[in-house]
Amino acid sequence: MNSLIRRAVDPRGAVVVLLAVILVAIVVLNPSFAEPGQLVRFIQRVAPIAIVAIGQYFVIVSGEFDLSMGALVTAQVVTSGYLIGQDPSKIAAVLTLMLILGVLVGVVNGLATTLLKVPSFIVTLGTMLIIHGAVMWWTGGAATGDPVDSFRQIGRGGIEDVPVLGQLPYGVLVLLVVIVAAIWLSRRPFGRTLVAIGDNAEAAAYAGTNVWRTKTLAFVISSLSATVAGVLLVGYAGVHPSVGQGYEFIAITAVVLGGVVLGGGRGTVFGALTGAFTLESLFTLLNFTAVPSTMRDAIQGVIIIAAVAYSGVVFAKRRSTTSTDDQNPGRAAADDENPTPGPTTTPTPTSARDSSPIHPSGDAVARD
Amino acid sequence: MKRLARLDTTAFVYIALVFVLIVSAILVATTGRSILSPGNIRDILTGMSVLGFVAIGQTLVILGASLDLSVPYVMSLASLIAAETMNGSSAMVLPAVLLTLGIAAAIGMANGLIVTVLGVHGFVATLGVGLILKGYLDTNYQGTAGSVPWSFQLFGATGIGPVPISTIVMLALAVLVAFILARTRFGHHLFAVGGNAEVARLSGVRERLPLIGAHIGSSVCAAIAGLLLASRLGVGSPTVGSQGSYDLLSIAAVVLGGTLLMGGRGSIWGTIGGVAIFAVLDNLMSVMQFNPFFKDVIRGLVIIIAVAVYARRRVVARRIRFAAGPAGPAVAVAAAPTGSDERSPR
Amino acid sequence: MKRSLRTAVGIAGAGALIALAGCTTDPSVEQAPEAGGEESASTEWFNQELYDKQFKEREVTPEGPEDKPYLQMINPEMQDTSEHASEGGKKVCFANASISNPWRQTGWITMNEQLKELKKGGVITEMETRDAQDNDDTQIADIDYFISEGNCDGFIISPNSTAAITPAVERACETGKPVIVFDRGVQTDCAVTFIHPIGGFAWGIDSAQFLIDNLNEGDKVVALRILPGVDVLEQRWAAAEKLFDEAGIEAVDYFTDADPAEIKKIVSDELAKGDVQGVWMDAGDGAVSAIEAFEDAGKDYPVMTGEDELSFLRKWKETEMTAIAPVYSNFQWRTPLLAAEMIFKGEEVPKEWVLPQSPITSEDLDDFLKRNEGMPDGHYAKFGGEDLPGYPQVWQDRVIP
Repeated sequence: MNSLIRRAVDPRGAVVVLLAVILVAIVVLNPSFAEPGQLVRFIQRVAPIAIVAIGQYFVIVSGEFDLSMGALVTAQVVTSGYLIGQDPSKIAAVLTLMLILGVLVGVVNGLATTLLKVPSFIVTLGTMLIIHGAVMWWTGGAATGDPVDSFRQIGRGGIEDVPVLGQLPYGVLVLLVVIVAAIWLSRRPFGRTLVAIGDNAEAAAYAGTNVWRTKTLAFVISSLSATVAGVLLVGYAGVHPSVGQGYEFIAITAVVLGGVVLGGGRGTVFGALTGAFTLESLFTLLNFTAVPSTMRDAIQGVIIIAAVAYSGVVFAKRRSTTSTDDQNPGRAAADDENPTPGPTTTPTPTSARDSSPIHPSGDAVARD
Repeated sequence: MKRLARLDTTAFVYIALVFVLIVSAILVATTGRSILSPGNIRDILTGMSVLGFVAIGQTLVILGASLDLSVPYVMSLASLIAAETMNGSSAMVLPAVLLTLGIAAAIGMANGLIVTVLGVHGFVATLGVGLILKGYLDTNYQGTAGSVPWSFQLFGATGIGPVPISTIVMLALAVLVAFILARTRFGHHLFAVGGNAEVARLSGVRERLPLIGAHIGSSVCAAIAGLLLASRLGVGSPTVGSQGSYDLLSIAAVVLGGTLLMGGRGSIWGTIGGVAIFAVLDNLMSVMQFNPFFKDVIRGLVIIIAVAVYARRRVVARRIRFAAGPAGPAVAVAAAPTGSDERSPR
Repeated sequence: MKRSLRTAVGIAGAGALIALAGCTTDPSVEQAPEAGGEESASTEWFNQELYDKQFKEREVTPEGPEDKPYLQMINPEMQDTSEHASEGGKKVCFANASISNPWRQTGWITMNEQLKELKKGGVITEMETRDAQDNDDTQIADIDYFISEGNCDGFIISPNSTAAITPAVERACETGKPVIVFDRGVQTDCAVTFIHPIGGFAWGIDSAQFLIDNLNEGDKVVALRILPGVDVLEQRWAAAEKLFDEAGIEAVDYFTDADPAEIKKIVSDELAKGDVQGVWMDAGDGAVSAIEAFEDAGKDYPVMTGEDELSFLRKWKETEMTAIAPVYSNFQWRTPLLAAEMIFKGEEVPKEWVLPQSPITSEDLDDFLKRNEGMPDGHYAKFGGEDLPGYPQVWQDRVIP
């Protein structure tokens, strides 16, 4: 019981509570939402954002940012419409091309960040401009229509006649695969190394980690997730130059909402996923209430500040009571999901983050 | 610090600027025009003014290892408050300006407090505050509002020869802020906190105050940019800030100017150089009538390549606060993070 | 730091010296007499006078050649332009707001084809374009640049926003060269001609009236709007909202950024709440995803208003739903250059050149689909460039200069 309360008070637990409250509110306002068929459609709708958030998680936990995601989603959406067109025989080839493009963007982001030592914020800001400008330039403003329906089925259709659910959207299946893969990755040495790098790159380097390769891989995962999200979105919504716009900020917001710390070193895949669901259900809730749509942004703003502030305050309190509690309670919840290696159990000058919330990006080394 | 022993990053920024200028001059000449014609100079300098104001403020925040993503909305709000308060009357100019700056300072204070007291990362805090402001603007304004009297329009439209007054004011602000950074305790402490908050705190610096101050400075600078926009537009506009993506561009300009994104190192003059590089580039691409989509590609490439050029240099060569500072802690801090920086693997 | 301080002081000192040498006020900025006129600070978009004017203009049969809608005029008050007449090739300078959406891209392609055609005539020999990328401040700088450096014989301005660009347009007028404004207006009548389709209220009237005619009192309409604060869009909604109110139609409005994913979510949520009988849009891009939301939810198609964007027209044809496509005449992008040529020749042009703006209805749907066969989905049916030499290849390939 005690641990249950502690979990709810824990920031990562708190976001689950917040999600539950929002979902309950939605159901109260609109009981049909609780029907399995509706719920699964809701998951289908969240899938692209959840996938992007999971991809962003890998980058953020390693202490970096990926601002190019939104532009890449747009680029993939437009590319699929432009190249596949109404010819189903091109699907396989174009899909391969899109994956290659995704990997390429990730590699460029990763190498420019690690080897050229350009801050990832700037690298991905640059690639954001480049990708978006280039794809619009190339396609003449992305005026081509949607790709062939069979390709769009991935994001729009599903397996029909499933008991209870009615239709099981492919998007939900894709999301499940991504979640499983992401959790698997985060528990592999790669995932743990990534957290260690985000926590303290210097220490990780001393421990024999190949920092640049690991981080580059994180960027590749992020770009691939944007690619997958693009494939789902072109099905769900269709081709338009504004599809994907702002996804980088939505993804970062979701990740942060899920308790992943900007600056790296702390957070879980599950957190990112919860954050994405919380954010999207919040938007849904606002659609169900009579809140003017112009106020949505303001509400989103208040919620993310409140959520992050809450986790900051709780962690700060935890730290001050560390000696009386178990060794590292701030990590307790994380350990269930994703055991976090790294030396930061007690505040030391080498990990400024833990002791100083105003300097969350860590010391100079963490961003190297 | 022997002058030429190690070229500092600010010098490097200006070398890059000169390079861009030369390339521009040649390319502009191919269209039969001169980059130095009064109209062209004015175009470049006008392009610098707005982004310059924002970037000066952004520099403060970034030096303190934070970010300010709320600037576009502060700018829009400032233009509206100013235009609505003035409402065409010259007598209201001063009250309107003071009110605008006051409100901006309050927003900056809120940003600063959220970052320091609540411990929210600057990215999230200012993104959130920006969204709140955006919601307010979208809900309360359906379009441009208010009107700016002629006397205030002069701020945006008057020039000394080809040099707009707004650019001169911007440079004067840069001088002021550079002075504050170099000569005041606030400045020293900001560098200290940005360099390493922990060390700063252990050295007796109250880590919150400088960062709150930096956020106030950033919002006030954004508000000045908003005032300039109101002066140029003649009205206040709820979208004028977001139209220019001044949030990301100002951060890019600051980093292009050699300031470390993780804080503690950098200079206002580097930022001004970064802003100038953007302005010259934009001017060139407009004169050459580049496709607007292609312009974005070039901007992105320049940001990455330029920053890569100095980022590869030893971090220690970046402009720190001058070495012989009057305050003990500042010196200690200036030296502290370099130890780890110097051993960067490549 | 010391050194840069010294530099800064130097710059400031130099600046002061120049200031002493002579302070120049931008000659073009003058204290305007400001004859009251329109209240520039209006946040309330509904304007009864303008509404009534546009309401009537919808009914007027336009003057001019029937097969060339881009040369037609509604209630023109012709005026003499002989003061601008002169011999020789002319250069026009075009300050464009942006080409950031498919509607503007289509028009921009058309305009360039029109330019090619006009160059053969020898009157307009060159066009220089600056694109403001949706930024008011950039557009002001663009116009100022043209005034001082462009060597322009005439200006064409597509304002990014109404009030904000007004001072810059006035400056362009003060050069004495002809200024042509099109699409969004400005709050000055100094331009030789202001070219625009009937307007936002007419759009709102056409679309809302169609929904009202096809729905019953108490029915629900979801209004999907792109973004707040743009006058042409706000006027569309202001008129529609008024009509819905009067007719007892329940309308809820959302801002979507024209993002189809957002549109689909909003419509899905509205469908989850209860039945929706009508969908109103202030611009047609993304209309298809709204329709698909009905399909995916297994609901009957709504009565729908979109735009003459082909994706919507094709979906409409395919589903045979009850719909109308209000039009914000894309062919207006041809008119400014043609007007410029007329002005340089000294021919009469109307002070306010109101182009026809008639919705595509189910009767002429097939006709427009046929005329635009092979065009991409983001193309606009009433682009009006069928008689230009590049047709249809240039529009199909989306050749954007």
